[in-house]
Formats: sequence, structure tokens, C-alpha cells
Amino acid sequence: MNAITCTQVSKNFGDVKALDQVSLSFEEGKIYGLLGRNGAGKTTLLNCITGRMFPTGGEVYVDGETALENEKELKKIFYMGQQELYPEEMTVNKVFYWTGQFYGGFDLEYAQNLCQKFGLDPKKKTSKLSTGYRSIYKLITALAVDAPYILLDEPVLGLDAGHREMFYRELLENYAEKPRTIVLSTHLIEEAASLLEEVIILHNGRVMCHKTCEELLHSGYTVSGKQSEVDAFIAGKKVLSQQSIGGLKTAVIYGKPEEDMPQTLETGRMDLQKLFVAMTEENGGELL
Amino acid sequence: MKLDTALETPIYLQIAAGLEDGIFMGAYPEETQAPSTTELSVSLQINPATVLKGVNLLVEEGILYKKRGVGMFVSKGAQEKIREKRQNAFYEGYIRPLITEAKKLGLKEEQLLKLLERGYQE
Repeated sequence: MNAITCTQVSKNFGDVKALDQVSLSFEEGKIYGLLGRNGAGKTTLLNCITGRMFPTGGEVYVDGETALENEKELKKIFYMGQQELYPEEMTVNKVFYWTGQFYGGFDLEYAQNLCQKFGLDPKKKTSKLSTGYRSIYKLITALAVDAPYILLDEPVLGLDAGHREMFYRELLENYAEKPRTIVLSTHLIEEAASLLEEVIILHNGRVMCHKTCEELLHSGYTVSGKQSEVDAFIAGKKVLSQQSIGGLKTAVIYGKPEEDMPQTLETGRMDLQKLFVAMTEENGGELL
Repeated sequence: MKLDTALETPIYLQIAAGLEDGIFMGAYPEETQAPSTTELSVSLQINPATVLKGVNLLVEEGILYKKRGVGMFVSKGAQEKIREKRQNAFYEGYIRPLITEAKKLGLKEEQLLKLLERGYQE
């Protein structure tokens, strides 16, 4: 199967283990969410995959071939990062042109169409664009480039709600027409949740969890009711977080709800964001 | 179709239910084309794999069928099938929670029956 595969990739910055033996695969034709708190190692991982950084240990493969300094394989990956890599004088049009030259395929008509939709003037220099439009011109480049793997690091940074919605639509339309691997690394989890097929959570440089979105959403639930009854119920269970307001208590449990729940307790489903926060809290992860 | 990610029901089941609603209300008549996976995915902003899971559920139940190279169509007799299915699910979905809540409120069986009668008369 075609995929980007990391085997025990590590990256140290001095004493800090930014990535600690990360093994995972981004398979062909799926949309992934790469989630993690600030400093979890998401950007470092994407940098190591694309050869912008050399891993301290481990190996990255693209479609079975070593990716490191391998032009043929790296050409298959388009990586939208947060850094500005183009010369200050370069216009958006020029970025489109050179991306096409480097990758060997770029749908210019589609890109210009998107510029119009997002209200971006492609004759402008990239260095003169606002934060939001800097994200937008990179997104358009990512959508229009002909590459089977698209890695997007904080793709909606600085985008207003209307533009974010537009981007999600365009992304799905693009994906429906030309299925490929898309990795979304984002902090706006709730918005992106329904776009994702699989979710990978990085925590302190390690893969904490890799599941389909559906599975993950069903791996936790909330239970609320009278404090004493909730306490009795959660005893011995994997409690991700708990909160009391007066005599009423709500706890987040990792696992599936039992068949015969006490009738006085109410259970609820977790949304991805709440589950994520609970899992990556101070002690949350150690319980898994 | 409205989806609610906060609901306990998984998204793919909500999609199946939404399509069913559309068929049941006659928005997607029998023997006509149902919305495509792409259409649903883009307009609802849901991963196509999730949409497909919901659509396939209806295919399995014989409510939709695939025409190769064309797309999904609403089966003949789909409305009746949905009605039957929903009648069968009525007890679990409506009566049980009704009784649970009634018990919580201390309503007796006779009182509840009276309320049901009132509901039919109004």
C-alpha cells in the first residue's frame, strides 16, 4: 500500500526529545487529523517527514522508498508550513508558476478561480499579504498542486469564519474529485472533526493515539449526576477528568458506557475537542 | 439535512436518517436519483468515507440501490419500508424514554394514559 511511513523517528533538540520514536503511517487517499497540544511535536514531525529537518534517529519512507534527500519521493509531498520560504519580492502568481515547475503539475486555472473566490489578488507580493491571506495563498497552492500527499500545518491560521468554511468545502470538493492523502494539523479541532477519517494525537513527542475518528469518538463518554453516585460509579474506571458544581458532578470516562448504567446517572457523548483536551491533560495520558 | 456532532448518534447514522427523512417526506421520490456522496460530503462538510458508510446502510436495507456508472437511486417501495422500520423502532425510541421520564416525575400509568388520550383529542 502506498503511504508515508515513519519508523521510530526521533528528534532531539539538546536534552529535549521533541520526537520520541514515532512510528505511524499516512495511507493513500485518507484525510488525517494530526492533533497535539502546543509543543507536542506536530511541526517537528512534518519537518522530519519532508526533509526540512534531519531526524536524530529513525526512518521516513514514501511509498516504500527512503525519503531523506530523495528528490523523486519528496516531490510527492506538498507541505504547507507556517514559515515564509519565498523571496519577499515574489508575487502569488510567481509562487504558482514555480510550484508547477518544481512539482511538475499545477492547475493554474483552478488556482486563479480560487483566488477570485477568496478575494486574493495574485499579482500581490506574498510578503505584503495579511496573516489570513498568507494562509490563503498557501492553501490555494496546496489545492492546485499535483501531489499525492498534502501536509497542512495550521492551514486556517488567521482565516475568518467565512473563509475557513469556504476552505473546508473546497478541500472536500477537491478530495472528492481527486482523492489523495491530506494531513491536517490544527488547533481548531471541532471545526475540522467531521472532515477527518483518522486521528493521530501526539503528546510529548510520542503517538498517544491513532484511531479512526469514529472509534475515537466512541472511546470516551461523560457521566453526570449526584456527586456520591458518580463517585461510586467511576471508582476503578479510567477517569480522564472530573468536575463538580455544587452537588452535581460530571466525569469523563475512557471506555464504553456499560449496558446497565444506574438509571439516575446520565451519560453523554464526547466531542473530539473535549476528548482531546481530557486525554492530553496533565495526567490524562498516563491512564491510557 | 441537519447534523449535530454533539449528539450521541454517530454522524453516519444521522446521514442515513436524514436521507430516510427526505425519502419519507417525498423530497427524494422513488425511482429517482438520490444526492451523490460528493454532494452530501461537500454540502454537509463531512468526510466522504463517513457519508458512504451512511449511504451503504440504506443500500443494505434496500432503501437505495446503485446504478452502475450513474449513482444512487431510491428503491421502489422505499417509503413503505421506512414506515415499517420506524413503526418497529417506535417503542424503543419513544415509548421507553417516555415511561422513564414519567416514572421520574412520579406519574402513574392511568395518568399517562389520560395524557395520551388528550394528545389524540387535541
